[in-house]
Amino acid sequence: MVPPSGHTAWLTTFTAGAMTFLCVFALALSLASGRLASRWSDALARTATIRLSAPPDQVQLQTDAILALLATTPGIASARALSEDESRKLLEPWFGPDLPLEALPIPRLIEVVEGDPGYDGEGLRHRLAAEAPGAVLDDHTRWRRPLAEAAGRLRLLGWLAIALIGATMSAMITLAANASLAANAQVIRVLRLIGAKDSYIARAFVRRFTLRALSGAAAGALAGLIGVALLPRADAAGGFLTGLGFTGLGWLWPFVLPPLAAVVAFVATRRAAFAKLKELP
Amino acid sequence: MIAFENVAYNYGGGELLSEVSLRLAPGSFHFLTGPSGAGKTTFLKLAYAELLPTSGHVTVFDREVRSLSRDDIARTRRRIGVVHQDVQFLDHLPLAANVQLPLMVSGKAGDTRDLADLLGWVGLDHLSDALPPSLSGGERQRAALARAIIMGPDVILADEPTGNVDWEMSLRLLALLVELNRMGKTILVATHDLNLIRQAKAQVATRVLRISKRRIQLAGADL
Repeated sequence: MVPPSGHTAWLTTFTAGAMTFLCVFALALSLASGRLASRWSDALARTATIRLSAPPDQVQLQTDAILALLATTPGIASARALSEDESRKLLEPWFGPDLPLEALPIPRLIEVVEGDPGYDGEGLRHRLAAEAPGAVLDDHTRWRRPLAEAAGRLRLLGWLAIALIGATMSAMITLAANASLAANAQVIRVLRLIGAKDSYIARAFVRRFTLRALSGAAAGALAGLIGVALLPRADAAGGFLTGLGFTGLGWLWPFVLPPLAAVVAFVATRRAAFAKLKELP
Repeated sequence: MIAFENVAYNYGGGELLSEVSLRLAPGSFHFLTGPSGAGKTTFLKLAYAELLPTSGHVTVFDREVRSLSRDDIARTRRRIGVVHQDVQFLDHLPLAANVQLPLMVSGKAGDTRDLADLLGWVGLDHLSDALPPSLSGGERQRAALARAIIMGPDVILADEPTGNVDWEMSLRLLALLVELNRMGKTILVATHDLNLIRQAKAQVATRVLRISKRRIQLAGADL
């Protein structure tokens, strides 16, 4: 019904493809941030550290006392004192592998794993103060909160980017649809003259733009998936960027984008078409 | 079918039509004459609701056009076949598809034999696959007539249908319109071709309306 040629054809397809490509990465960022936030929160929330600073001859004695105390504290799944090797490994990134641990006043660290339900932090602090005055309970709250907040904001930024990409695509498709409607004013006039309803004319344009957006978005999503798949894998030495990507069922999320782009195109074109048709006699 | 009651139309630069009252009876054949710019095309546009009157009432199929929704106007136009002076087609579609357009937009299935018969009736059956830009003026006018009647409209409005064709083709188009009128269709032809009117009067009972000084008058004695 509507002439098939025109620059709006490739413009719509290209816009949908490019936006969906970017959207795949924004989606990967959001999902990775979400995973990171959960991982940090979970890992840090379930564990606590007791730091014991005491005279050398008192260290083992107080360590035993603390372990005995923890063993009788409700809500604690397990507790163990870190060995010197483990302490050395923790400090290795800052001081190097040849750290003379025995020559330094390094506090003894005791790792506490929380049970379900958890323990009473304030109560444990009081008991520790009584049994081992040099022990300090660190439940990681002051680390966990900013990390979780940062990851949460990163995730929010990712979703915001997706929303902006969707809005931009909608605006571009609206412009393209308006240009197409203006270029086909003659076609519209003929159709109206022979008794075509606005809904019929709009449908001809909506169908075309929706299919263009769908095909462009499918190509963009495929390219985005390949791009994400080619990113370096997450490993122990890697930072956040190497963890950017999808895991498990997360790989299915990009397949939602083409239908979503088609819906955006459908709504944008339909609104543009009816607005334009109302301007015509 | 179509009635005008004290209709006036103002283009902004002054009144083009004034105090126009008229009723097109079912099965009638009218000519509308007048000099160029007198308002013949405007009159036709008012009749199929492309324009709304500045004042007065235009009633089409017993409904006042101002009360019609956009969808109602579309439905009304399916009952009115219009042949324009500047015939417009969808140039990327072949002739047969263009003629079938009214059926398509109204969701009716077209019978290919009926379409072939119709194209044969207007003498264009050999051009069904041709694209509109390749057609001559007369062929375009006949194709427009075929498109105008494919829905079996009650009224046919033609705006200078013979304006761009030779006399032989004018007579051929007139013969088609006369035949449609004999089938019971209401015909209104806007033209300044007095010879065509005389020719028609010899074949069928017609009334001639003339637009003069913004008003419509009955003519006839001088034709």
